[in-house]
Amino acid sequence: MVTEAECWKRLQEVKDPEIPTVSVVEMGMVKRVKVMPGRVHVEMMPTFVGCPALDLIRKQVVRQLSEPDASVEVEVDFVFDPPWTSERITAEGARKLKEFGIAPPGSQLDELPSCPYCGEEKGQVENLFGPTACRAIYYCTRCRQPFEGMKKV
Amino acid sequence: MDIKDAHQAREHPTYHQALVRWITQLADDELTLGHRDSEWLGLCPDIEGDVAFSSIAQDEVGHAAFYFELLHELGEPDPDRLAFARKSHERRNAKLVEQENGDWAYSILRHTLYDIFDGIRLEAMRQSSYLPLRHGVAKIQREEAYHLLHMKTWVVRMGKAGGEARQYLEEAAVRLWPQLDDLFSFGDADEETLLRFGIIAFGSAECQKRWEEQVKVVFGQAGLLWPGEIPLSGRDGRLGQHDPALAQLLKTMTEVYRLDPVARW
Repeated sequence: MVTEAECWKRLQEVKDPEIPTVSVVEMGMVKRVKVMPGRVHVEMMPTFVGCPALDLIRKQVVRQLSEPDASVEVEVDFVFDPPWTSERITAEGARKLKEFGIAPPGSQLDELPSCPYCGEEKGQVENLFGPTACRAIYYCTRCRQPFEGMKKV
Repeated sequence: MDIKDAHQAREHPTYHQALVRWITQLADDELTLGHRDSEWLGLCPDIEGDVAFSSIAQDEVGHAAFYFELLHELGEPDPDRLAFARKSHERRNAKLVEQENGDWAYSILRHTLYDIFDGIRLEAMRQSSYLPLRHGVAKIQREEAYHLLHMKTWVVRMGKAGGEARQYLEEAAVRLWPQLDDLFSFGDADEETLLRFGIIAFGSAECQKRWEEQVKVVFGQAGLLWPGEIPLSGRDGRLGQHDPALAQLLKTMTEVYRLDPVARW
């Protein structure tokens, strides 16, 4: 039987499919893990209501948590209470986002994130919308390249 | 009194009926407009516009899926059937969102007018007695802020640009005004019941009042003249009275579903 701590460790292996270096734990998407006899219940918070990656994430969580003991039933629920907000991303998550070339979210809706490549603070908004629902596109006026940023939500 | 889940809601038939009818309107508005947004893919004036409309389409359809899931929990058919198997007269969206996309200015102004309304409607549900709705609304509000910011920016930009851009925008306002009336109708969802049970905090007249105040600010910034009172069309989308545009939309949107309704995708 897996322990709760072991589950959290295993969830580190479940990555956001759109950002393969950051785990769902670092994204702050895991609300609660409850281990019961023969059963594990995981509550997760979607980053966006219509995030198309949810089904994939659910499957990965089930696979990770049932690996040590296939007889354990793994249940994943997506909940909106509390809503996921970009403040939930951990410091480690923010570091890995930047490493992947995505600026971590600012603290205000209109706060422009600093460039993940050169650290320049003032970028320009290129587009409020990006390749996924949770990202926007900015342009760095110093190193002169566009970059993606996680939206503040 | 708060109602914590679908099970509890189903114990109160009056509450349950008003709630189901209300959520159906939310779901149908978001799905219909989300589909129209997706039709812009590849056709926008620039690539940023393309990315924006596809992202917004994904958000709106996602919100619709959330509302359809709530309906399913409340005893309605499964989300796919609700989204794809209902006929035009069974749908409760406002006529505004079913209209063909027209030109870019029309689509942007239509979205702005809808997003402002939707923002007010979400505000009315922020403390909703139905907790699953209240929780989803808190999340949806955060996403909608970006849509409105994008749409308003473009309306003001086109208005201030003058010339052809402004002319298109003015023509869009003229076309849109007669398509607005049932946006503020609650149709067969009994307003008195919705208010009495705290499903929403304020009613249709208040929604329209706030909408006019907020839209007037945007029109002012864009330098557009206020088109005046919204004319009555005599047909209410919230009662299933739709324009032919909806049937045309459904024909395309449900094409794949109709090939094999029991397939798992």
